[in-house]
Amino acid sequence: MNRETHNGPTDETQVRGTPYSGDPAGGEGVQPPMLDKLPLDSWHRARGARMVPFAGYEMPVQFEGIIAEHLWTRENAGLFDVSHMGQLLVHGRAVDVALETLMPGDFQGAADMKPKYSLLLDEEGGIIDDLMATRRGDDFYIVVNGATKHGDIAYMERRLPDNVVIDYMKEQALLALQGPRAAEVLETVVPGVGDLAFMQAGPFHWSGRNLWISRSGYTGEDGFEISVPASAAAELADAIMANELVKPVGLGARDSLRLEAGLPLYGHDLDTRVTPVMAGLTFAINKRRRVDGGFAGAMRILAELDNGPVEKRVGFEIDGRQPVREGALVLDGEGNEVGKITSGGFSPSLQRPIAMGYVAAPLVEEGTALKLGQRGRLFDARVAPMPFVPHRYHRKGAS
Amino acid sequence: MSLYFTKEHEWIRVDGDTATVGISDHAQEQLGDIVFAEVPETGKRLSKGQEAAVVESVKAASDVYSPVSGEVIDGNSKVADDPSIVNSDPEGGGWFFRLKLDNPAELDGLMDENAYREWVKTL
Repeated sequence: MNRETHNGPTDETQVRGTPYSGDPAGGEGVQPPMLDKLPLDSWHRARGARMVPFAGYEMPVQFEGIIAEHLWTRENAGLFDVSHMGQLLVHGRAVDVALETLMPGDFQGAADMKPKYSLLLDEEGGIIDDLMATRRGDDFYIVVNGATKHGDIAYMERRLPDNVVIDYMKEQALLALQGPRAAEVLETVVPGVGDLAFMQAGPFHWSGRNLWISRSGYTGEDGFEISVPASAAAELADAIMANELVKPVGLGARDSLRLEAGLPLYGHDLDTRVTPVMAGLTFAINKRRRVDGGFAGAMRILAELDNGPVEKRVGFEIDGRQPVREGALVLDGEGNEVGKITSGGFSPSLQRPIAMGYVAAPLVEEGTALKLGQRGRLFDARVAPMPFVPHRYHRKGAS
Repeated sequence: MSLYFTKEHEWIRVDGDTATVGISDHAQEQLGDIVFAEVPETGKRLSKGQEAAVVESVKAASDVYSPVSGEVIDGNSKVADDPSIVNSDPEGGGWFFRLKLDNPAELDGLMDENAYREWVKTL
């Protein structure tokens, strides 16, 4: 047996053809990368995590098993360690105006403590990273992807005026508690969090420590993201895990959950070759900014808003049971290459393969029949609406 | 009946000139949740080392190689219908295919069970 492909957020060191730990070649010629440890490293290992290299860290890919963890999160509450992500505090005079030069969101009009999804753009409108930005008074708290954080900081420092300062909050860990029962669990540990609406955040106190909690996440479920001092992360994780509704969840299920939720993953579904319009993320382009522009890549992005992009991110439902993964080609009825799969896998909730990718604009209509080509085989697929599994976010007044 | 293993983590159980092939417990453990399996059709001729079956977990796609040459006399439709059997019973009900051996001497280079289990511990 030989492992051929790996997908999703664990594939940085496990690309096609790379020997895995059970391979007789023993990873010959593969230099072990220098890896950092998460604040919860030993906590994960004590709970049976399988650790893999990701974003420069050793990270838990699974505990009990990806499918079990996935389904548990959809039904109860899953605890994720996302401390590899970069937590930044950006401050200085007119920081909101400055951030608007690199992102298409409304930073000047941003309400306090309301996280907003935004995109760090290059001059061609390509996506350097996707992120969550929250106004905290005069400052912005920004959470960026782990694999891109150092590049993001360097880019922002280069492009923003000298009076804008970026503090990388290295001493903060980040936990996510996700699932329909996350609120009732976290309310018992940190009273008051249940009053947050989805996409609302605020400071909380727990056991003498300051926490910053957002009601947000990347699974399609209700949930919270909790910034906690790294020194207290294990204690907080234990307090949350004391509730039997909570299980620890690794990167593997994080990937399958976000895929079902139709959410793009940076480095796979998003990169600098893709604009926000191509990626179907136009909700992140603020109305005022569509008129005024003034952000990196605005000329191209505003033209794409008017005229449509040449290709677009769509979902696919696939016949049969075999997963079609990142890198598969999208073909039209005549066998012409019309796109590429950027994420794909087996949906634990739906028990069938699902995928997302980019296709030429004339073929993005729901129901369009296409073929996917993978390892010399063709699969029948149709363009499908996303999310594949409906979002169940907590809206105010909807509880 | 004798049981052999390959360094690619297939097992092969030999009874006379008939062999049953699957993947080891270690292999299924490494793969994680298995969501797809494809087995060869009866009558297919396989040479030693040839790709014979496909197994995919949530995270990875793998080929299962034939440890020996021969003709497929049975593919396990049960694992194709319910691939999780490969996780729950990898070295029993989770077998992939049976074949009629061309050349029993090809078994000589394979590991016996003790050697394989000891070797796996070193990985």
